[in-house]
Amino acid sequence: MSSPPVEARGLVKQYGRITAVDHVDVTVNAGDVYGFLGPNGAGKTTTLRMMLGLIYPTGGSVRVFGRDPITEGAAALEGVAGFVEAPRFYPYLSARKNLEMMASYDGNGARDRVEAVLDTVEMTARADDKVGGYSHGMRQRLGIAGALLRDPKLLILDEPATGLDPGGMRDMRALIRRLADGGMTVLLSSHLLAEVEELCDRVAIVRAGRIVYEGAIADLKATAETAYRVRTNDNTRALEICVAQAGVSAVRADGLEIRMEANEPAMAELSVALVHANLKIHALVPETATLEDLFFHLTEGSTPGEISAPVIDQVAAGGAV
Amino acid sequence: MRPGVGTVYRWELRKLISLKRTYLGLAAAAGVPLSFAITLALKKGQPNDVPFGAYVHQSGLAIPLVLLTFASAFLLPLITALVAGDIVAAEDQNGTLKTILTRSVQRGHVFFGKVLAALTYTIVSMVLLGGVSIVAGSIVSGFNPLRSLSGTTVSATSALWLVLASFAVYLVPLGTICLVGVMYSTVTRNSAAAVVGTLVTVLLIELVGILPGLGFLQPYLLTRQFPAWQGLLRQPIDWSPITHSVWVCALYWVPAMVAGYLVFLRRDVAGG
Repeated sequence: MSSPPVEARGLVKQYGRITAVDHVDVTVNAGDVYGFLGPNGAGKTTTLRMMLGLIYPTGGSVRVFGRDPITEGAAALEGVAGFVEAPRFYPYLSARKNLEMMASYDGNGARDRVEAVLDTVEMTARADDKVGGYSHGMRQRLGIAGALLRDPKLLILDEPATGLDPGGMRDMRALIRRLADGGMTVLLSSHLLAEVEELCDRVAIVRAGRIVYEGAIADLKATAETAYRVRTNDNTRALEICVAQAGVSAVRADGLEIRMEANEPAMAELSVALVHANLKIHALVPETATLEDLFFHLTEGSTPGEISAPVIDQVAAGGAV
Repeated sequence: MRPGVGTVYRWELRKLISLKRTYLGLAAAAGVPLSFAITLALKKGQPNDVPFGAYVHQSGLAIPLVLLTFASAFLLPLITALVAGDIVAAEDQNGTLKTILTRSVQRGHVFFGKVLAALTYTIVSMVLLGGVSIVAGSIVSGFNPLRSLSGTTVSATSALWLVLASFAVYLVPLGTICLVGVMYSTVTRNSAAAVVGTLVTVLLIELVGILPGLGFLQPYLLTRQFPAWQGLLRQPIDWSPITHSVWVCALYWVPAMVAGYLVFLRRDVAGG
């Protein structure tokens, strides 16, 4: 069996007394769009740098396609490309020259791909301008172009949409989706929940250098949106309907509301049943954990449901946590 | 072809060509001999206290040799340090080290590609200083025979070869300063600190040479290797200061290179 694109075991990075990465285990399988989710300063970037051989681990091991970037250096990065934090270029060279330089450093026919990758990130028209005059969004796109030059099987992207305007974010996600659909394995670090939810199949959630959840995003969500509360104009009748509804359990009246546990399809059926019974639904609310709540729960230790809406909005919009 | 030292070297040169600071040093390397020659053309005086200073009006070939003595104090170490001190640290400050170290070139190859580029710049600045001073000197004072340090007269053509060889010999300590600069650039990760560090090192070595009681160290000081070229201008040629200079300089550049290489190989690229 071939080695997985990324396999980190017990990865540790200490800076003096500070442990930035604390026994991290991550496995990214071929074809995954893998989200590496956590607040700023959780150790995501440090972990990615170790995967790319930029930082030496204090302990543990990391393999990319079975090879060790620490002992083998650049040779271990065959088939791997990406960037950590903002991609950086030589500001006094044009985008094309920067890409040509990277392609020379790549070998393997990368020089022939320069025009194609410029086209992929829609930068052909500005390719001869010096990078020093580029906007943040253009540099991010150029970073992707630089990564694609290597014709990678694994693309490692660190917060690729950070600092982009909404249109730029949308374009970036569309680009990543397109690349993933083309069969590329993507390891995407982000603190943007919406981004990870939209793009990723599996996630690792990091808190203070440790992995607090690893698995399918669907499994995470399945544990999340199970509790609901409903308020109607006639809760007595509604309670009977809820109890009778297939897939709905733990139904109980609670003051002006009815609380229950159910999955999404069952709740959809329930809402139809309530309407058919001529009941007016005043509220139908997933009671507790959304993905955001779970994220906070896992990364800050707060109880699901305690998070106020404005904070969640701030996180979803890209604010620092 | 797998990318290696040659690939890095070629791109380092292209980057140097695109940088303004490159031309600052080269302009000084060309401008100083030009202004020296112009001054000599306009004034009658001469620098009597340096080797060949007394002959600058008799032979244009004395001018590059006088400049070698003048330039060793500050000008050439500064020009060299400007680029050598920047060549690794600039990548740190730009954050581009991660850009090049996540490609297919080994770290060691990146380091030595940069070392070669810095040395090339040192050589180019020497060629420029030498070329301009020979041409401008010959125009001002004529392409005439030169009186050697032994008092014999050397034909103009022979003197030209000796001047060129003197510049080559001079490159040994200057190249050493270049390599020390690259080491500082790697270790400090800061261009300004590396440039200043290189120059301060040169000044401190010079200082050690004049401290009382430390005279026995003089033959082993880097800055005292600059006049080694004068051995070529004796008849017969005295090779001993030249061979001495070669091994003394190695005492400086070999440890500097080993330190720079190991630091570059083992360091965390956490910035940028």
